[in-house]
Amino acid sequence: MDHQNTYEHIPKEKFEFKQLDANLHDKKLETKPRGYFADAMLRFKKNKSSVVAAWIILFLVIFAIFSPIVSINDINDIKDTRKSQALYNLSYPPYISSIAEKNIGIFDGAVIHDSQTETAKLIWEAIGIETGYNPVIRVADTYVQQEKYRGQMRDVTYYKLENNKYYEKGVIYKVLSYEEFADIQRYQNETGIQVVYPYVEPRDIKDIKNNANIWYKVSDTKGTPDLDKDGNFVPAYSTNKSMEGTEYNSLRIESDNGDYIYSYAKSGSLHVRICFYNYYQYIYGHEPMFIFGTNTLGQCIFTAIGIGARFSLIFAVLVSAINLTIGAVYGAIQGYYGGAVDMILDRISDILSGIPFIVVTTLFQLHLAQKVGILPSFLFAFVLTGWLGMAALTRKQFYRFKGQEFVLAARTLGASDWRLMFKHIFPNSLGTIVTSCALVIPGVINSETTMTYLGIINLQETFGTTIGVLMSQGQTAMTSAPHAMIFPSIFISLLLISFNLFGNGLRDAFNPSTRGVDD
Amino acid sequence: MLKYTIQRVLFMLLTLFIIIGMCFMLIRLLPPATLDPTDIHWETIEARREAMGYNKPLLVQFGIFLRDVFTKWDWGVSDKLYVGREVFSIFAEKMPATIIVNLYSIILSIPIGILLGIFAALKKNTWIDHTISTLTMVVISVPSFVYAFVIQYIFSYKLGWLPFVMESGTDYFTWKMFISMLPAVMSLSFGVIAGFARTTRAELTEVLTSEFMLLARTKGLTKAQATIRHALKNCMVVILPSIFGQFIGIMSGSLIIEKIFSIPGVGQLYIKSINAPDYPMFIMNTAFYTTIGLVASIVVDISYGLIDPRIRMGSKK
Repeated sequence: MDHQNTYEHIPKEKFEFKQLDANLHDKKLETKPRGYFADAMLRFKKNKSSVVAAWIILFLVIFAIFSPIVSINDINDIKDTRKSQALYNLSYPPYISSIAEKNIGIFDGAVIHDSQTETAKLIWEAIGIETGYNPVIRVADTYVQQEKYRGQMRDVTYYKLENNKYYEKGVIYKVLSYEEFADIQRYQNETGIQVVYPYVEPRDIKDIKNNANIWYKVSDTKGTPDLDKDGNFVPAYSTNKSMEGTEYNSLRIESDNGDYIYSYAKSGSLHVRICFYNYYQYIYGHEPMFIFGTNTLGQCIFTAIGIGARFSLIFAVLVSAINLTIGAVYGAIQGYYGGAVDMILDRISDILSGIPFIVVTTLFQLHLAQKVGILPSFLFAFVLTGWLGMAALTRKQFYRFKGQEFVLAARTLGASDWRLMFKHIFPNSLGTIVTSCALVIPGVINSETTMTYLGIINLQETFGTTIGVLMSQGQTAMTSAPHAMIFPSIFISLLLISFNLFGNGLRDAFNPSTRGVDD
Repeated sequence: MLKYTIQRVLFMLLTLFIIIGMCFMLIRLLPPATLDPTDIHWETIEARREAMGYNKPLLVQFGIFLRDVFTKWDWGVSDKLYVGREVFSIFAEKMPATIIVNLYSIILSIPIGILLGIFAALKKNTWIDHTISTLTMVVISVPSFVYAFVIQYIFSYKLGWLPFVMESGTDYFTWKMFISMLPAVMSLSFGVIAGFARTTRAELTEVLTSEFMLLARTKGLTKAQATIRHALKNCMVVILPSIFGQFIGIMSGSLIIEKIFSIPGVGQLYIKSINAPDYPMFIMNTAFYTTIGLVASIVVDISYGLIDPRIRMGSKK
């Protein structure tokens, strides 16, 4: 080792003065001072999952605010007598006509029908030939099965079909007044969309009265078509002018040379065959478009989730705000005064915490709902026991801080109890409170959804719908229409997961010492 | 310890008395269910109502109610759901289904939950730990009816392995019955597994870093030995009480899961009694649920002291 270069042996001339004339001062701080909240914010930003959760919450809130506004469907259509006539009200799958036309397999209102007979397939195809809306999107599978028929074995062909459920409804019988019929004709002439189709007399189609989709000659009452030698359907439209209800001066179908009748008069009103899809357009003024499909009532799920989410979010924030306020004041009084006051108040909160939440909700519903309304009584039920956790938290914080020197100093200077509590001690527990707020909200949303799901609280009258109601409706038609359950489930799960992640992130940011204790 | 236990039990009885008293008064303030005069039970119920003092002052009614409960274990007759039948006998009929489903669920989920928690704690800050922790977080957040839907859709509808709802009947120990309970058991288990995994992981990570663990390793124990003999034992101080709590809680069942899978249990009875509304049934159920909640919390608190002698219950600091 070269000892010449160690510091004892550096020759004197190699040293020089760093500073000779300038004065030595403390330099001004170049960085900005950072407060408690800024510090927490910085820590929060480092937690990637919480930041993502925060963005998801933002997105869901925006969805809740805007989805009912941008949607062309209104969930109150079911209450409107005119509009309710054209509802797709048996959980129709997601459908957007412009995307369905591209035939890429999404938003095409598709449902799968397994083991369909040749007749069933032909009836559906006949709808397509008559109205131009062919329900059969594709034949997914064809298989031949040996079956016993009148003592003999024969081959029966079965199809697995993928159908557009919106077109499947096809043509229906409808009783209209003369004014309505005239209005529909006016609409047809204006837009060129044919709503009314020629009338078919039941006696021409083997007395089939319950299926308006039969417009061709049939060979049996099941609707098996009597095809001509080229394999085409033979129309069975009525040309019996004597039973025509009223004059028809509007669009006629292609094969019509003016002979077919379009209405049938019976006891003061008109019986007509109308194409449901076009009737929907006539009533609503646009083609059906349900991004998330419809539920059993015919409400657009996209809109309904927005409405339900608005309620859930506003309600949760309101409940949390009230509970935090009550809890903070109660806990502050408990913690600050201690002793007998603490003990009495503690016993009160012990008793309250023993009451199951569902009991509180039910009793409030039974007693208060008629006087103050369902919603306020539901709110009271949440408030009655909801603040207990917050009070316990604040109490703990007060016990921690009340004996410290800064409190003593403030007291010596003559600060009142109230001032000591809320000016000096309380701000110290703010971090805990902010954090618990973010964790209280998902809890409230969860309980609220559970109560509306179980039908203990019925908010449909006041709010149209809630997420819990949507899910319980979806549950009933789960196998035939899973979409009615899937979309609300995804929404609520996403909301609760991100709120919890966000809350955990906040807690870690505000109390770094508890990081990772229970996440 | 004994003094503390007695104190707690006495206070629990007081709380219970106050809560049931309030519920009772609030329910009796409402007009009783109107009866159908053509029903054969009409006279029975009328007579029972007379005996229960329906037209006497509220406090007297409560006195009669308490007397009947304590002397004859008589909780009244159902007047809407099961017209004319003793509330308690119906309740006792519903109990086994709830207990069995929930018992299966915790027997299945506690070992899985604890094992996952141990695994996560041992592999702390690796991808295994992160996956388990994130999953527990997600599973805890999602409400149980979403699991019920997913399980019914996948296992009952798409795959067709399990039935949609529980078999009716009362022979609970047949294989067929067990299979039909599985969807409900699975839906219930998710939350419990996640809860136990989370608690175990949190406790064990803390214990693993403590000094006695270092000492145990210094003595020459392998990591596995040290973990099983020293760390796990210390974890149990927190985990065992919550297991006790779970076992008591199984009696209250789950309102939602019982409704979805049509389990003929007390949870469903409770919802029915609320929706009917059947007030005598409701009061009985309320008393039961409140008791379960209070007993569970006492057992959890006292068991801390029993398991860990270092914790002195009820001592003044």
